[in-house]
Amino acid sequence: MGTQELSYLLLGLSWTLGLTAIGFAGGIPFGIGIALMRVSSNNWLRRPAMAWIGLFQGTPLLMQLFVAYFGLPLLGFNLPAWAAVAIALTAHASSFLGEIWRGAIQAITKGQTEAALALGLPDRSRMFDVILPQAFKISLPATVGFLVQLLKGTSLAAIVGFIELTRAGNIVSNQLYRPLLVFGVVGAMYFAMCWPLSWWGRKLEQSMSKGANK
Amino acid sequence: MTNSNSIAKHSDAPAMIQMRHVEKWYGDFHALKNIDLTVATGEKIVLCGPSGSGKSTLIRCINHLETIQSGEIIVNGHRLTDSQAAVDAVRQEVGMVFQQFNLFPHKTVMENCILAPMRVHKLSRAQAEKTAQKYLERVHIGDQAHKHPAQLSGGQQQRVAIARALCMEPKAMLFDEPTSALDPEMVKEVLDTMISLARDGMTMICVTHEMGFARQVADRVIFMANGEIVEENDPESFFSAPKHERTRAFLGEILAHH
Ligand SMILES: Nc1ncnc2c1ncn2[C@@H]1O[C@H](COP(=O)(O)OP(=O)(O)OP(=O)(O)O)[C@@H](O)[C@H]1O
Ligand SMILES: [Mg+2]
Repeated sequence: MGTQELSYLLLGLSWTLGLTAIGFAGGIPFGIGIALMRVSSNNWLRRPAMAWIGLFQGTPLLMQLFVAYFGLPLLGFNLPAWAAVAIALTAHASSFLGEIWRGAIQAITKGQTEAALALGLPDRSRMFDVILPQAFKISLPATVGFLVQLLKGTSLAAIVGFIELTRAGNIVSNQLYRPLLVFGVVGAMYFAMCWPLSWWGRKLEQSMSKGANK
Repeated sequence: MTNSNSIAKHSDAPAMIQMRHVEKWYGDFHALKNIDLTVATGEKIVLCGPSGSGKSTLIRCINHLETIQSGEIIVNGHRLTDSQAAVDAVRQEVGMVFQQFNLFPHKTVMENCILAPMRVHKLSRAQAEKTAQKYLERVHIGDQAHKHPAQLSGGQQQRVAIARALCMEPKAMLFDEPTSALDPEMVKEVLDTMISLARDGMTMICVTHEMGFARQVADRVIFMANGEIVEENDPESFFSAPKHERTRAFLGEILAHH
């Protein structure tokens, strides 16, 4: 494998990272919104959030990408491929992150909410100063775990024409007729991205259970 | 009788807290039954009674952590059933201290104390820190401001919780068994803080079984059972001549444990 093939794979890798970043960047604000709606006492907020989570966790990411790429233009939205993929990844990530963060918010004790209420803190402050920072901390391991899933999941974007790492590997392998070598390199690249993240997630989890035992 | 003086002492003062015909249900469980209670400005009430008698429920209604089904509660002129604005006003004017402290664990002692003054009273950080330092010193914990709650003993954490409430400059304070989660050797430091607060004229309702504290600061001791106020009296008469059988049984149990 020459430098030309290798740089082609690296270009694919940069798309993989880029798509992950897009999914994550979109998933964070929408995920927070979904989580907040999901814990609201108002049915008109809670029910749509539950439906959103059910819809995007209950269908394959591959199908979501298809619908965004082929379906949205049929509805009259003419989007570039990257935008369709960004929408699908954002929807997908927001449903998983929303559910992770909902659990974390509900794990914060009732006493914290009551202390905030008794001090007269406005709702916004109670959420953003008291509940969410604590929820964010306890949800970090699961959030990092989802980041790893999302990174691997971006390989599905190949289906709508994205030459990310997996697709780039396919193309190079077809040229060189050396699939074992090429996919060995591709696998090593995924591993080099995912393993440190997984390691970090485990580390966070350990330090947290240590903190809880203190 | 010295203690009838202490009731007389507050009888002219305007009411800080009024509860009239308050009824509270949890589903079909009747938790508060026809509660009538007026607390004068500056008055100190000790509320006691067996577990499940509704003591926590009663004081939690006062700052609207629990809602009532009928009757009315007026706190410093704000009628609680009226509006969210009234609820906000009451919560700003009434501090609460919980059995489990409920400090914010991700914030330092100082940050715990300045959050509400900054968010509610819109104080600048510098102003809020100045007030906070004053109250932290008042509870003898001024040198711990930079620490996180987990680095403090239970007694210190509870004193921080008291300081945090005081930073809102409340007109009245509610205490829900503030010493019952503490190791015995730390009870006194928290009670001493509460006693000094009482001396300074704070209006207080304390749910506690610390009878020494009741004798020392209470203007009235109120005994609850099954969601009802069974008996109330000045501490001297309450302890020496309880009128009701239930009160006598309860006091017998409490004294046996101390
Ligand atoms: N959220 C709730 N839902 C249903 N029942 C409740 C709820 N909170 C309290 N109760 C019931 O109401 C009654 C009074 O509770 P409360 O906590 O006021 O008692 P208490 O006098 O403070 O007791 P303790 O000394 O154990 O703290 C109890 O029987 C309790 O089980
Ligand atoms: Mg209680």
